[in-house]
Amino acid sequence: MSIIILLPLLGFLVSGIVGKYLPKQVVGLISTAAVVLSFAFALHMFLEKSILGEAVSQKWFTFLQVGGLQIDVAFTFDRLSGWMTLIITGIGSLIHLYSMGYMKEDEGYYKFFAYLNLFVFNMLLLVLGSNFIMLFFGWEGVGLCSYLLIGFWYKNLNYGKAARKAFVMNRIGDLGLLLGLFLIFKEFKSFDYTIVFDQIAAGNTPAHVLTAIALLLFVGAMGKSAQIPLYTWLPDAMAGPTPVSALIHAATMVTAGVYLVVRSQALYFQTALASDVIMWVGLATSLMAALIGLKQNDIKKVLAYSTVSQLGLMFVALGCGAYTAAMFHLTTHAFFKALLFLGSGSVIHGMHHEQDIRKMGGLKSKMPITYFTFLIGTLAITGFPFLSGFFSKDEILLHAFSHSPLVWGLSLISASITGFYMFRMFFVTFHGKYRNTHYPLEKVHESPITMTLPLLILAVLSVLGGLLNLPHYFGHNVAGAFSSYLAPMYKFAEHSPEVSASTEWLLLAAAVSVFIIAFVAMRMKYISKNSVPEEDDSMSGLGKVLANKFYVDEIYDAGVVAPIEIAGTVTDGLVDDIAIKGITDSIGKSPNWISSLLSRVQNGNIEYYLIYMVIAVSILLAINLF
Amino acid sequence: MILIFLPVLASIIFALFGRKFNQWIAFVFAAIPMIFAVNLFYKSGPGSSFLLNTLADLPWLSQNFRFTLGYDGLTGMLLLLTNGLLPLIVLTGIKDDENRVRNTALALAMQGALNGVFMARDGLMFYIFWELALLPIYFITLSMKHGNAFKITLRFFLFTFIGSLAMLASLMYIVIFKTNFSFAYSDILAANYTLNESIWLGGGFLMAFAVKIPIIPFHSWQADTYTHSPSVGSMLLSAIMLKMGLYGLIRWYLPVFPESIEYYKPIVLSLSVAGVLYGAIIALRQQDLKRLIAFSSLSHVGLIAAGIFTLSATGLEGAVLQMIVHGINVFGLFLAIEIIETHTGSRNLVDLGGLAKNNRWFTIAFVVMALGAAAVPLTNGFPGEFLLLKSIFDERATLAVIAGITIILGAAYMLRMLQFSLFGEGDGVIKSLNLGQLISLVVVVFFVLFLGLFPQVILDSVQLSINSIIEMIKAKGVLS
Repeated sequence: MSIIILLPLLGFLVSGIVGKYLPKQVVGLISTAAVVLSFAFALHMFLEKSILGEAVSQKWFTFLQVGGLQIDVAFTFDRLSGWMTLIITGIGSLIHLYSMGYMKEDEGYYKFFAYLNLFVFNMLLLVLGSNFIMLFFGWEGVGLCSYLLIGFWYKNLNYGKAARKAFVMNRIGDLGLLLGLFLIFKEFKSFDYTIVFDQIAAGNTPAHVLTAIALLLFVGAMGKSAQIPLYTWLPDAMAGPTPVSALIHAATMVTAGVYLVVRSQALYFQTALASDVIMWVGLATSLMAALIGLKQNDIKKVLAYSTVSQLGLMFVALGCGAYTAAMFHLTTHAFFKALLFLGSGSVIHGMHHEQDIRKMGGLKSKMPITYFTFLIGTLAITGFPFLSGFFSKDEILLHAFSHSPLVWGLSLISASITGFYMFRMFFVTFHGKYRNTHYPLEKVHESPITMTLPLLILAVLSVLGGLLNLPHYFGHNVAGAFSSYLAPMYKFAEHSPEVSASTEWLLLAAAVSVFIIAFVAMRMKYISKNSVPEEDDSMSGLGKVLANKFYVDEIYDAGVVAPIEIAGTVTDGLVDDIAIKGITDSIGKSPNWISSLLSRVQNGNIEYYLIYMVIAVSILLAINLF
Repeated sequence: MILIFLPVLASIIFALFGRKFNQWIAFVFAAIPMIFAVNLFYKSGPGSSFLLNTLADLPWLSQNFRFTLGYDGLTGMLLLLTNGLLPLIVLTGIKDDENRVRNTALALAMQGALNGVFMARDGLMFYIFWELALLPIYFITLSMKHGNAFKITLRFFLFTFIGSLAMLASLMYIVIFKTNFSFAYSDILAANYTLNESIWLGGGFLMAFAVKIPIIPFHSWQADTYTHSPSVGSMLLSAIMLKMGLYGLIRWYLPVFPESIEYYKPIVLSLSVAGVLYGAIIALRQQDLKRLIAFSSLSHVGLIAAGIFTLSATGLEGAVLQMIVHGINVFGLFLAIEIIETHTGSRNLVDLGGLAKNNRWFTIAFVVMALGAAAVPLTNGFPGEFLLLKSIFDERATLAVIAGITIILGAAYMLRMLQFSLFGEGDGVIKSLNLGQLISLVVVVFFVLFLGLFPQVILDSVQLSINSIIEMIKAKGVLS
């Protein structure tokens, strides 16, 4: 197992240290190979061990040992972490390959690959660690890589600002997580998953303590997985190169919060209050982000809000106690969202760094592979029957319904808005007339094979991903494979939704009909009527509020950032400089003898006097000693 | 004993003949004691430090005024820090100007005095070395190029001087009324103090340490002194000297006056935690890099002081770890600032930017050190901060929430510092680093990463010392 973790680290060291002096292709190949090999080893281990239900554990060394506290650098490859490892290294491999084409012209090529490798390494620490501290290591580590990659084009101050925003906002969540960890240790005297969860499952812990821990850990998840109120960094994070958005801000890092909750199933299963909080926060996030997504015109921003919205849905599932459904959606989302981001990267690449969909249109003919794969991604995310997103989303909706019809209704609305913003973006980008006056259509080109190959592979996965966990109406031989795979990871057996067969079909019909409505409505608006989203200044009313993202950034700036900055200025200027110095100085000034003493210090060669004094003392010491 | 006298001798030699020497000779002078410090460290064996092991115990001025040196894991760590950093500081912190010889000699003299402070096991010796360590820094500070040099130094002097006087008064009282004219650490430790005595005498020591650390509101000497001192002054003060105060707390306050701890604990804990936040908030707004580091330093040591006052193994060991780590990192940061200022002519964030473009290795080093200071895992700042926050959490969760805000603000001001110095547009070129600067940066970066992975190396060496200090506190009936 060490090799799975160490390969990306090795890749980071090689490309980071000597990468600058190697030809670009070589650096790209080395880092890509590191992740591909890591994936191969992970796959091997998965087939050899995880499938059979065996977990592999390994301890490297003791990181800290103080009093009763011991923290080991130790890893466990079990069914849950093994699955995450496959996603991380698998999608990671594809995105590395893609980046070889996408970043070809960039002067910071070697640096980019070094950071990507470092990210994969940290992400593996996060999921493979066998205690909470290893998770925290990876947790902060991926945050750091995210910071480095968002601000990758470091000359742009706005990108730098987005990078810092991401890191600092994540750290707000991290503080919650850290406090949760302290509370865990106080209660269970260990950070080790096995020890902690065994004790939690034993059921002797006071409920309010469990709730507190669960909520604090969720604060961490809010930061990393971009949930209200800590979500605003994710759309800004689109400043980073597109492969980064695909890997970090869609497929892997942002799902760390989901992983944390699933890992802590024993805890969340027993805390109804925390679960409800998670569900409602997830639902609110999902709806709000979907609404904002309706009015964004930057192709990556639409996808970013879509990611926030889908993550929200996963948290709805977690809140309803549908841990497998959340993991299932996490997996399919990793496929189709990586696909969509890479597809948007291909568009941006083909259009020479244009990201505004209003300046695109009719790209279908010029970029057939991108068009086709993007279509599949769009259909998968919007829930076209029998594609991966259809199954995973329906599973969540089913659980939501069995939890409460209200939750189901709201989730369905969110899911239907997905259809609206996705088809809007899809039609405006690929259909209709080409609208960019600065960049002639003839110059628009399809991307090279290194970029289209990952698109094709991801498209296949997006289509077939649903096979992982088919619903029961497909027959018990093939259905629910993923559920039975994950089942042994839970301390408490999951509830299966209590819904009659007829209701289930009704729910399914509802889901399919909202898909059709969204598709037809957007097709009429953007293809039949050929309309184009309006310019920023002609917006008004609700549309303007949505386009401006509910003004949340402005509210945060005025409500949080500005007060802290003012506090800093005031403390520095008034309190520190005038009040404290003033008081202490006036105390110091009064006695005359001190100033007369010091005026002597002031004149001339006092330093030699000092040295003589040191000499004298030393001699005195020496004489007396010997 | 060599650790004390060799640097003093070197200082005299340098003061007399320094004009003929360059800084490499000073480096060699300062590095020789490191050999002895490492030797001591290995002889005592990392896991098996022995508390209060006496290195020397000789009658000095009379039978009662003895020259007593001791060694244990705690002392050992601080000796390694002092003697490890000092050679690098004389090599990189001192400008080649008219004050070169003088400042080098002073720094070397300080090295001897600091070693004395950390090894002294006799009240009088501790006091003398404490004062001797302060004197050179006054004169280094006075050589600053700033209109208010005198005023700033005066403030610094007054604070530390009044603190020291309080300590001296306490010491005198103890010797006259309590220990029958013995200054020996063991006698001072063994004496019985009434609660009132403990509060007043302990308060005297506490005063001296609080100023040196500094704990707010005794910090107002710090920012100006750090900002305007020549680099050697900022480095010595922040990297090593403020550890005198923290060390003093652990060695000379906690085990000697445990009866008073309950009395002072709430005050010190809240002031320290307030300092954590206070320093961080101010650091957010600074434009001058040195000032920024000064306030971040205030924030960091506040956390260390709070950890010490939790009286737990986690807090105390975390504190020692963080003392070492902070020393290394803050030296590195001041060095980086010195380099930036020499090459670009400014250390103000308003003027800087874009240094990353032309200076790859320097950028990496600066980023790594800043991440260390922001306590990112896998850097050396994390384990200490983790242990300290954990100990504070166990003591009182709300305090940890407040102190924990430092992980948010710490990231904010450190990243802001990187943003406006390294990133953005700009063409600043750091032509070439000299060998001394290069060695120093490599050493610091190495320790940022090494101690980030293996902090246990330090914890193992101080475990026994800290445990026995906790035992001593317990023996006096405090701490259940």
